[in-house]
Amino acid sequence: MESFLEFEKPVAELEGKIKELRHMVDDGDMDIAEEVTKLQNRADKLLEETYASLSPWQKTMVARHLDRPHFSHYVTNLIEDFSPLAGDRTYGDDLAVVGGPGRFRGRSVMVIGHEKGSGTEGRVKHNFGMAHPEGYRKAVRLMEMADHFSLPIITLVDTQGAYPGVQAEQRGQAEAIARAVETGLNVSVPVISVIVGEGGSGGAVALAIANKILMLEHSVYSVISPEGCAAILWRSSEKAETAADALKLTAQDLLQLKVIDQIIIEPTGGAQRRPSETVQRVGDAVAVALEDLESTPDADFRALRREKFLEMGKVGLT
Amino acid sequence: MNWLTNFVRPKIRSLVSKRDVPENLWHKCPSCEKMLFHRDLAANQHVCPHCDHHMRITPEQRLSNLFDDGDYETIPLPEVVQDPLKFKDSKKYADRLKDNRAKTGDNEEVRVAVGKMGGLDVVVEVQNFSFMGGSLGLAGGEAMLTAAREAVERNAALVVFTAAGGARMQEGILSLMQMPRTTVAVAQVREAGLPYFVVLTDPTTGGVTASYAMLGDIAIAEPKALVGFAGPRVIENTIKEKLPEGFQRAEYLLEHGMIDMVVHRSQMRDTLVRLMKLLRNQPRSVATSEGGEQLEIPELPVTVEVETEDGWVEVSPTEGTPVSNENMGLKRAAE
Repeated sequence: MESFLEFEKPVAELEGKIKELRHMVDDGDMDIAEEVTKLQNRADKLLEETYASLSPWQKTMVARHLDRPHFSHYVTNLIEDFSPLAGDRTYGDDLAVVGGPGRFRGRSVMVIGHEKGSGTEGRVKHNFGMAHPEGYRKAVRLMEMADHFSLPIITLVDTQGAYPGVQAEQRGQAEAIARAVETGLNVSVPVISVIVGEGGSGGAVALAIANKILMLEHSVYSVISPEGCAAILWRSSEKAETAADALKLTAQDLLQLKVIDQIIIEPTGGAQRRPSETVQRVGDAVAVALEDLESTPDADFRALRREKFLEMGKVGLT
Repeated sequence: MNWLTNFVRPKIRSLVSKRDVPENLWHKCPSCEKMLFHRDLAANQHVCPHCDHHMRITPEQRLSNLFDDGDYETIPLPEVVQDPLKFKDSKKYADRLKDNRAKTGDNEEVRVAVGKMGGLDVVVEVQNFSFMGGSLGLAGGEAMLTAAREAVERNAALVVFTAAGGARMQEGILSLMQMPRTTVAVAQVREAGLPYFVVLTDPTTGGVTASYAMLGDIAIAEPKALVGFAGPRVIENTIKEKLPEGFQRAEYLLEHGMIDMVVHRSQMRDTLVRLMKLLRNQPRSVATSEGGEQLEIPELPVTVEVETEDGWVEVSPTEGTPVSNENMGLKRAAE
């Protein structure tokens, strides 16, 4: 059973009609099959049109869709021998961030990402992808390990943000994020980041310091959630939709602002409708990006990364 | 030794520049609510003489108390793209900028100054919470990069006084990108082998804390300064509980190993000078530029622990007497 988002209602209605008609096919009425095809075409076209013109707020909804592929889907389908490593060697293991070495299309890489978890139990276990300091410190450890063994780093970003809690503050949430950013800038190996769902503020940027930053078509990446922004600037969380517009958090806006390098097109109707296809598209894009980075002889990835971030912010939206 | 006289420097005059003269000559301390005469307050570096409450101060007030003889030069900051997203909430961002510029007389939330402290070259960046909550945007990022460049060129230490609610929402993702950009600035200073000091002042939260504010070689905080990643209200909304007293305050951070020390404003300059000299292996007194004359740096009232009949107590080595909480500038984790 597909779950539909609010703005997909017209599509959902058509799909519903189609389902009803299909149940009637057995009655032997020949016109029904034709009618189903016609309706299906209409539904497909409507879905395509809807997704071709999603508003920033609608994209935020799609980016947060529970059926969207998560970190575990990506590693299961793209990474052989993925060996998740645990712990920050200081306090604990944080499952909101998962990472370890694995084999990507024949070569060893380090994969690190946020995991939001699936199902109620899974989501609780992974704290909805909202990391504590231990998560970022584990990421630092893995980035340093990758650097030591000259493994390229692939990060998958998907978080609402770093967890805002008493324990997190007590153990230095801000410092942990700052060190992750610092380490991301510091490693000598090539780094590729893909924003696959939500890129929520500092908690996202901690894992998004890369030579190439890719973004799925309907994912979002923002300094603050639309709800948070609305609460502060409009003093009403009901203005989230307006805030989403103002924040320019879509992949399309970010490409124009030169904050990201490339958009990975999602299957029609969003990644949540075809998770496997989405995963493969991400895999293909990462493979091309990696090959591209490594084709430059003697590239100084550390210097290039630094340069890349220093260049950001020179252009505004027109 | 009267501790007041120790801090009252001749440059105090500059504190009472035209804009700072309050319409009302009396201020109410926001903490103890006692009435304070503005001259007394200025002479005390805007710390309440009754309860030691450290008030938020302007960059001018901050800078005037730091440098040798109050001498410093402000570094012009690069122009940045204004309002890159054409952002508008209840008010246009462009108008907000205009209002804040009029209010503070400054172009942005940050100032970079160069001068000497204890005879050593130093670059100081100061954030202004009164300017859009000190929020970090393109201008703030460029300021950090400028400050770092100046430090490297002058072979000077970098001191940053932070005060910010976080990243500037009105610049969207571009403000978030200032986290890595300012981190590059810190790295440039570090690679040049120069010390980077962070002084966390009230309040410092969000993306500022989660980048350059937490990357200092030495992290100092002013007493009771609020320092954290998530703001207290956000946390309360998440956990649906009231936060414990003192949570995210300077002393709390010290206790949890997040900062090196909490330093009273009156002793900030001396503490910075002492540490700067130690890290750079410089003698206590340094010849001034005008040949030969020795500039003596006053002995500092650092507290140390001494064993007495009553066990270990904290004393000031300059006075040799136990110090009370009120006048103790430097609290140590060991206490």
